[in-house]
Amino acid sequence: MRHILSVLLENESGALARVVGLFAQRGYNIDSLTVAATEDPTISRLTLVTRGDDQVIEQITKQLHKLIEVVKLADLSESAHIERELMMVKVKTTAEQREEVKRCADIFRGQIIDITASTYTIQVVGTSDKLEAFIQALNGTQILETVRSGVSGISRGERTLSL
Amino acid sequence: MTSQNTQPELLSGGAMLIRALADEGVEYVYGYPGGAVLHIYDAMFQQHQVKHVLVRHEQAATHMADAYARASGKAGVVLVTSGPGATNAVTGIATAYMDSIPMVVICGQVMSHLIGDDAFQETDMLGISRPIVKHNMSVRRPEDIPYLVKKAFYIAQSGRPGPVVLDIPKDMTIPSQKFPYDYPKDIKLRSYNPNAKGHPGQIKKALATLLAAKRPVLYAGGGVILGRASDELTVLARKLNLPVTNTLMGLGAYPASDPQFIGMLGMHGTYEANQVMHNADVIFAVGARFDDRVTNATKKFCPDATIIHIDIDPASISKTINAHIPIVGLVKPVLQEMLHQLEKNKGELDQDALGNWWHQIQQWREVHGGRYDTSPSHLKPQAVIEAVHRHTKGDAYVTSDVGQHQMFAAQYYKFDKPNRWINSGGLGTMGFGLPAAMGVKLHYPEAEVVCVTGEGSIQMNIQELSTCKQYGLGVKIINLNNGYLGMVKQWQDMNYDSRYSSSYMDSLPDFVQLAEAYGHVGIRVTKAEELEPALERAFALKDKLVFLDIHVDPTEHVYPMQIPGGAMNEMFLSKTERT
Ligand SMILES: Cc1ncc(C[n+]2csc(CCOP(=O)(O)OP(=O)(O)O)c2C)c(N)n1
Ligand SMILES: [Mg+2]
Repeated sequence: MRHILSVLLENESGALARVVGLFAQRGYNIDSLTVAATEDPTISRLTLVTRGDDQVIEQITKQLHKLIEVVKLADLSESAHIERELMMVKVKTTAEQREEVKRCADIFRGQIIDITASTYTIQVVGTSDKLEAFIQALNGTQILETVRSGVSGISRGERTLSL
Repeated sequence: MTSQNTQPELLSGGAMLIRALADEGVEYVYGYPGGAVLHIYDAMFQQHQVKHVLVRHEQAATHMADAYARASGKAGVVLVTSGPGATNAVTGIATAYMDSIPMVVICGQVMSHLIGDDAFQETDMLGISRPIVKHNMSVRRPEDIPYLVKKAFYIAQSGRPGPVVLDIPKDMTIPSQKFPYDYPKDIKLRSYNPNAKGHPGQIKKALATLLAAKRPVLYAGGGVILGRASDELTVLARKLNLPVTNTLMGLGAYPASDPQFIGMLGMHGTYEANQVMHNADVIFAVGARFDDRVTNATKKFCPDATIIHIDIDPASISKTINAHIPIVGLVKPVLQEMLHQLEKNKGELDQDALGNWWHQIQQWREVHGGRYDTSPSHLKPQAVIEAVHRHTKGDAYVTSDVGQHQMFAAQYYKFDKPNRWINSGGLGTMGFGLPAAMGVKLHYPEAEVVCVTGEGSIQMNIQELSTCKQYGLGVKIINLNNGYLGMVKQWQDMNYDSRYSSSYMDSLPDFVQLAEAYGHVGIRVTKAEELEPALERAFALKDKLVFLDIHVDPTEHVYPMQIPGGAMNEMFLSKTERT
């Protein structure tokens, strides 16, 4: 099962290395990981997508809790939540492909954010599934580069993960 | 807090470090000097509260600190230089980590502006130690040193204890740069709250389960010793008439001479302890972690048992074996609460069922009963341990190395008190025994301290005989010399048709002469009748280090031994018998 863990971490050097090291050391998966300071500059938020059965996920959350710099964490997948990921795709476009690529981007509510004579750069935001689907939809177009931000997530409604 | 009219004293980073250790109550620091810590060593020289013990290899410093912590419950302190000094300490840090031992390791580091340049004696000690510490930190500003020392001790000693590394770049300790010194009294971290007392509802459920049990067992581990909860454990076990087994790390948590004690469990546990576990309907695990050397194959582990598990570390609960009634908390307050609830609720034990259970246990006790073969030509290692037990009246601190001798010590030295059995259970570090004995002897000079070792292990830190001379550490070394890396040989006998690939130690030194060369007393024992007089003489030489080189049967194996891949109760009982 895929889980999205949201972790509040002391914004100290070494804290991120400790989290990443834990996953490597204990053989847990990381599908994606994003980290940035929050509105409180002493706290970072790390969002991590991992996979495992219930027992593995339980161990991961317990082991994360044990790290001294981890202040709080939540498994967003346990309740209603919203997830978003940003992707930028640079594709090679011949004159006759342009219309088709533009149409495809529109369907996925993507935006063309840069153009050259031979390329389009498209930005798409959504769930990871949607981004995958977009890449599939570009089938036939030559992709030069994809850049993905990794998943961010937030709980729906009143529920928050904050201090 | 400093009072308003007294100015805080101005101290250099190095002096603040030493003063902070003194304020923390540290008496001894074990270490070895080098470039990056010279300012600190100079500050050390200029005061007399904190004493320094100069080892001969940094690994020994870590084991000394570790063993002091195991005996006293307080964090041991290590001071090493950057680069090779720090890397030499790594094995000792890992040893402490695996057994949850509180320790503070202060490592020098190159000057801040050189970090990352591959400077002389620079290693990324924070990176190297990260997977084997409870926490590590580096000093960025000299004025933070008192706070960081406090934090290091707080983290090392609270909750599930463990080693903490403090990395100090050389420019943090410059003698001419002084700062106001103020040692914090308390510390609070928003991200770390280690004092769980256990959920009262869970405790109630656990007690009800134990009262209803027909075939219960109490399985107690190192957490009881670390948590200073032996008294509570003993009272509760007696009130509930529970058979008690201790792990390798828990020996002494429950008195071995008590009739309710059924011995150690696991790979080299007693027949009865492993049978009791396998057949139990309720397993009450206290400060134990269902290690693979205990459970044998987890799929076949104790099929009928409801498992109650008390541990301060939630990650230890349901990690390998699912717990039905988990209780996250320090063992001492949890057991106190159990005793308190037991007092109030006056639940009835199922005396008939327990009577049958004890009857069954008695029968199991008779199956193997710790017997071992005797030999007309060779001294048996088991007999040596039994003799040491007699000569020390069962009251010594016993440290050990790793191998067959360690298991014989665990099986045949019957520990009645906690904190007396000091061994590397989790990492299994050969070379631990001698420095460990030194760490204990330094702090308990009146106590008898015995190091049970093998001719393989002792050579991993033999240089410390020199440190023993310098500080007058009169430990007794029982070298169970079988001329082999015996535990390796045993596995080769059992699994590799006795092909002794590199398990024979050729060209051993003359240990008696070696001990004497270091200024100690050496005694060799090769025949059974020499043992008693040798022990007599060794223990009469009160303040002397005596190295007893005791030649034991090279063919001996450790039994019982669980059969790999089997259930807990599947064991070899001797070279020719199995369950
Ligand atoms: C540092 C280290 N290296 C290797 C091992 C693997 N090992 C475990 S027991 C053992 C043999 C120990 O021999 P000895 O000290 O003579 O003890 P004996 O088993 O003969 O009693 C070895 C090599 C270890 N535990 N630690
Ligand atoms: Mg040997």
